Amino acid sequence: MSNPATLAATVVGADAVAGSLSGPHGPRPRVTFSRRNIIIYGTLTVVALYYLLPLYVMVVTSLKGMPEIRVGNVFAPPLEITFEPWVKAWATACTGLNCDGLSRGFWNSVRITVPSVILSIAIASVNGYALANWRFKGADIFFTILIVGAFIPYQVMIYPIVIVLREIGLYGSLGGLVIVHSIFGMPILTLLFRNYFASLPEELFKAARVDGAGFWGIYFRIMMPMSLPIFVVAMILQVTGIWNDFLFGVVYTKPDTYPMTVQLNNIVNSVQGVKEYNVNMAATLITGLVPLVVYFVSGKLFVRGIAAGAVKG
Amino acid sequence: MSMSESTAARRPGQLFRNLNAKIASIPMILTALVIFVGGTLWTVLYSFTNSKLLPRLNFVGLDQYERLWSAPRWLTSIENLITYGVLSLIFSLTIGFLLAALLDQKIRFENAFRTIFLYPFALSFIVTGLVWQWILNPDFGVQHIVRSLGWESFVFNPLYDQDIVIYGILIAGLWQGTGLVMCLMLAGLRGIDEDIWKAARVDGIPMWKTYLFIVIPMMRPVFITTLVIIASGIVRLYDLVVAQTSGGPGHASEVPAKYVYDYMFAAQNLGQGFAASTMMLVTVGIIIVPWAYLEFGRRR
Repeated sequence: MSNPATLAATVVGADAVAGSLSGPHGPRPRVTFSRRNIIIYGTLTVVALYYLLPLYVMVVTSLKGMPEIRVGNVFAPPLEITFEPWVKAWATACTGLNCDGLSRGFWNSVRITVPSVILSIAIASVNGYALANWRFKGADIFFTILIVGAFIPYQVMIYPIVIVLREIGLYGSLGGLVIVHSIFGMPILTLLFRNYFASLPEELFKAARVDGAGFWGIYFRIMMPMSLPIFVVAMILQVTGIWNDFLFGVVYTKPDTYPMTVQLNNIVNSVQGVKEYNVNMAATLITGLVPLVVYFVSGKLFVRGIAAGAVKG
Repeated sequence: MSMSESTAARRPGQLFRNLNAKIASIPMILTALVIFVGGTLWTVLYSFTNSKLLPRLNFVGLDQYERLWSAPRWLTSIENLITYGVLSLIFSLTIGFLLAALLDQKIRFENAFRTIFLYPFALSFIVTGLVWQWILNPDFGVQHIVRSLGWESFVFNPLYDQDIVIYGILIAGLWQGTGLVMCLMLAGLRGIDEDIWKAARVDGIPMWKTYLFIVIPMMRPVFITTLVIIASGIVRLYDLVVAQTSGGPGHASEVPAKYVYDYMFAAQNLGQGFAASTMMLVTVGIIIVPWAYLEFGRRR
């Protein structure tokens, strides 16, 4: 689609309008405050405020002290800004017997996400490359199973995987969870890479073959360097997806190795003690921060990633 | 591509031809066969047993299914899934399309608006559920605010009211997922030929009629893809409920995925969990098979 280009153009256009207001020059200005425009921009602004509200509530609540929360409401801005809830959420909030805050979950999530992203992309890109350029008999059957399998509810497969992981001695460890993420990331990533490699000019591949390059040579020297954008898209997709995972984390790890989402849920929804809403919201915000940063930094690539994820099947 | 396949088939010793590609595909083959096919068959098979703490091949016929469909908690789960599913489909498609149509009016700041509508999709369901749990908190959230504005008898307490708790979850779910629908719809709208719009304008067809009778029917593939994506997401609904209500109050906001998890890993009644997950598989099958038939059956 042409949207990214036109998007940039519209933003630039906004500045141009501000300049043209100073005097009657250039083409005849269009009526900006037509009834139609007011309805369009009005609706969009109201909806945008609604979408931003939870983020605002999270930030505001996490900066208040508990006494202030008790007398006010969730939308009230903080009278006295305090960063104590953030410190407490990060370093001393309790889950069960552990009282070292979300930092434990954060580092677990890092230790889960980094190898999972690398492993799943490595496997899927090589798979996609084999499917696009080195098709062997039966490859498409496995690929079809893989794509259909993407629609099977995880609940159907979680217990058999528990057994497999127990057999190979990885149940409850971070390594086991990394394997699980690589398995469930495989359908969409393989599709992504297969389609991308298939869209590259075939002559390149043929020329490399003539020059005597083999399977791995072509992959590492030609395909990989030419496909950096799709690797970035896959990375964005995987980092957010794996960081946000809850189900696999809760099934395949133990309390010591819980990823951040699981630990966050345990902190906030624990039934013991007084509810510290400010600490809870600080913890929630900290957990959401990683994917949010990825989202805001990656921008168009994120959209491309989910659009790619969306066209499965 | 089909050429290389046929030449490969004709030559002898074809097992070793293209060996590297086959070695590279081992993870995919293992995943497809062992996890997706094997795992699914395994679960379906064991759903006919009375496995408790450990899986055992002690067949009891359809007992687990009978127990499942007479369990009030499962029936609530299904009811919730249907309510949530139907409403979520209707609202996210409608809102998503409307937002996309608004953004498609060649407006300024399209980028900013789109970024705002889509950011919740980057957040996990756990974060989403916890934020909305807080916003809908009766003592500090929406209800409290409206009451403090003077409307003392105002009641809006979805998360603690058994009858409407699923709508509280729906609010959060829509907030998280509508941006994705909007993005897909926007891509669909951008795929419509500009000439269609010009022709409609020349013929004097009002805009809403152009959308309703020309553009939307043309976007059928986009709608179907979106429908399948939303639907398979709905069946998986789990984290959001866990974070927002933990299935409560009582069992009022239980969903099938949570039923499966609780029976497999907390209640240690594996047979029930397997039967419930098999029913989830059947549900997905009911959604996917007609779609796959329409999508791929017709083309051939």
